[in-house]
Amino acid sequence: MRLSELPHRRPAYVDQIDWTRMTPADGQRLREFGVCEGASVELLHRGGLLGGGAVACRVGRMTIAMRAGHAAAITVNTDAAQPR
Amino acid sequence: MTTQPLVAMVGNPNAGKSALFNALTGARQKLGNYPGVTVERKVGRLPLDDGTIVDLVDLPGTYSLNPTSPDEEVTRNVILGRQTGERMPDALVIVVDAANLENHLRFTLELLELGLPTVVALNMVDLATRDGLELDAARLADDLGVAVVPTVAVRRRGLDHLRAELSHILPIAAVPLRAGHKIEGFAALRQEAHRIAGRAIVSESPSRRLTGAIDRVALHPVGGMAVLLMLMFVMFQAVFSWSAMPVLMIGDLLAAIERAVSAALPDGVLRDFLVQGVIGGVGAVIVFLPQILILFFFILMLEGTGYMTRAAFLMDGVMARVGLSGRAFIPLLSSFACAVPGIMATRTISDPRDRLTTILIAPLMTCSARLPVYTLIIGAFIPARTVAGGIGLQGLVLFILYVAGVGGAFVAAMALRRSVTKGGGGAFLMELPKYQMPLLRDIAIGLWQRAAIFLKRAGTIIFVTTMVLWLLLSYPQPPHGSKAPAINYSAAGQIAGVIEPVLRPIGFNREISLALIPAIAAREVAVSALATAYSIDDANNENAVQRSLTERLAGRWSLPTALAFLAWFVFAPQCISTIAVTRRETNGWRWPLFMVGYLLVTAYVAAGIVFWTASALGL
Repeated sequence: MRLSELPHRRPAYVDQIDWTRMTPADGQRLREFGVCEGASVELLHRGGLLGGGAVACRVGRMTIAMRAGHAAAITVNTDAAQPR
Repeated sequence: MTTQPLVAMVGNPNAGKSALFNALTGARQKLGNYPGVTVERKVGRLPLDDGTIVDLVDLPGTYSLNPTSPDEEVTRNVILGRQTGERMPDALVIVVDAANLENHLRFTLELLELGLPTVVALNMVDLATRDGLELDAARLADDLGVAVVPTVAVRRRGLDHLRAELSHILPIAAVPLRAGHKIEGFAALRQEAHRIAGRAIVSESPSRRLTGAIDRVALHPVGGMAVLLMLMFVMFQAVFSWSAMPVLMIGDLLAAIERAVSAALPDGVLRDFLVQGVIGGVGAVIVFLPQILILFFFILMLEGTGYMTRAAFLMDGVMARVGLSGRAFIPLLSSFACAVPGIMATRTISDPRDRLTTILIAPLMTCSARLPVYTLIIGAFIPARTVAGGIGLQGLVLFILYVAGVGGAFVAAMALRRSVTKGGGGAFLMELPKYQMPLLRDIAIGLWQRAAIFLKRAGTIIFVTTMVLWLLLSYPQPPHGSKAPAINYSAAGQIAGVIEPVLRPIGFNREISLALIPAIAAREVAVSALATAYSIDDANNENAVQRSLTERLAGRWSLPTALAFLAWFVFAPQCISTIAVTRRETNGWRWPLFMVGYLLVTAYVAAGIVFWTASALGL
């Protein structure tokens, strides 16, 4: 399942990230936010009253916002949340 | 050549670095700029217990030493001793958010590899406890190999300890550079950070309950948007209602000074110069200081609480529609205070075309310098009564003017993204920090710094332009026995006479044409220019001098003219500072000239449409 499709507040962890679907700079920023294989994530909010907005998710102990396009590049797994 | 040790404060964004910097240095701060870049240099004096005075420099927050924006680049260059205008730091204070240890430790490890004497401030430990985290600072210090001081900047906790550790490491010769701590690569750093954080955390429970609860409302697509709009509206109403008292007091004070000077000096050029030029001109601008400070107070509060990033999140959808990202929202909101810091804040936007577009539309946000103009005209022409629901009509009109600026900016952004700044973009990545109550002292320091900048402007640019204008308005004087207004004979009157035919179709009279000339130097000068123009014009009428500028305007301008003047100022050519900062940020004259051009045309057309419409409606 992609992070963009994850139901609200269902804990999951990152399975795989398709770094080719973003610019190297965006990839670097996501890594700096702690987005990596095995990181625990949770989708908190979908923004944008007018659609096409960003999503807010918890990554580790941080809350970050990203556009749906980036969230769709992140595959997550909701099976019994695994520690890294 | 200074011999004071330089200590650089560095850390991730949202680690509470600025609050700690303020707590350590108090009011002993100096604001400046690094040469060649517009990144702000913030230095404060920090006296240590052993008598050493340290220069503490607050560096822009960054996530790694791999910069993606100009201010992150400054941070890296300073730390590596490569920044022009800054000496190599003798030591580092790394500020780490205790509640976000793992993430911030990765950058800490990267910094520790540099081998500089270092103290780690484990900041906001109280909020970490609130979030159910228990940390072992001693263990963390062991693992990192440097001193770790738990701090709560806003409560001044741990500051003595931090200073003591600094005096301990600062005699550089005494501390050998640590070596052999090399960790190669991002993933390895992250793993090491994960390991060390895991050992330092004694117990943890689910994170950020309070922040999560607030965000459920604040980030809600409908509810959150309603909260945002309400906050904006309250902000603009407050600008009017809270400022009424202090504005009156400043006005009374100025009137008293004016009377004292008039009584003390004999009738003549010097008295005219002081009363009409200096007190009348500069005073007309100073009187708006309360409103500007209230606006800045709100912006500083929104930033300090962490709400500003939520606003960016909510606005990303809207911003995306005009080809920008939610990140542009923060520079644009700052531009409501002043376009100069707003344009400088665009440095956090990494995409160059996104950034250029944001710079080009930033002057359309109603900056505080336009407030004096708006309040003057609204005060003179819009009755102070309430409309439906107890909303003040004056505040409502002001709100509409702000909305017009925003609307214009969106249309401009859309047009620009389809033409001159086409391509690129599409990213929005941002950390949403936890909510916290900012300390009044931090807000006060921010307000003081802004007030100082405003008063310095009033004392320099505005003073000089007011002086020049007063001279232009006063000389040459009319011949004896002339019946026509004195202003028609002055040099400025003649210049305005040339511009006036161009501006007459949009309802502008000679005084407005006159005021628009110095307004290019700084927008608020339009008010002092009008004050000067009208007080000189009425010089031979004793009573008129006592009347406020507001009353004078109400008697002389038609409503369509006043509304057209407001519309002009929504889009009008920006001040010289804005043009200068645009030139610096875009490395050349091309974009600032383009900006001035498109804004002038827009202002003319907008003022024209308003004037013609209002006239046709018989207002």
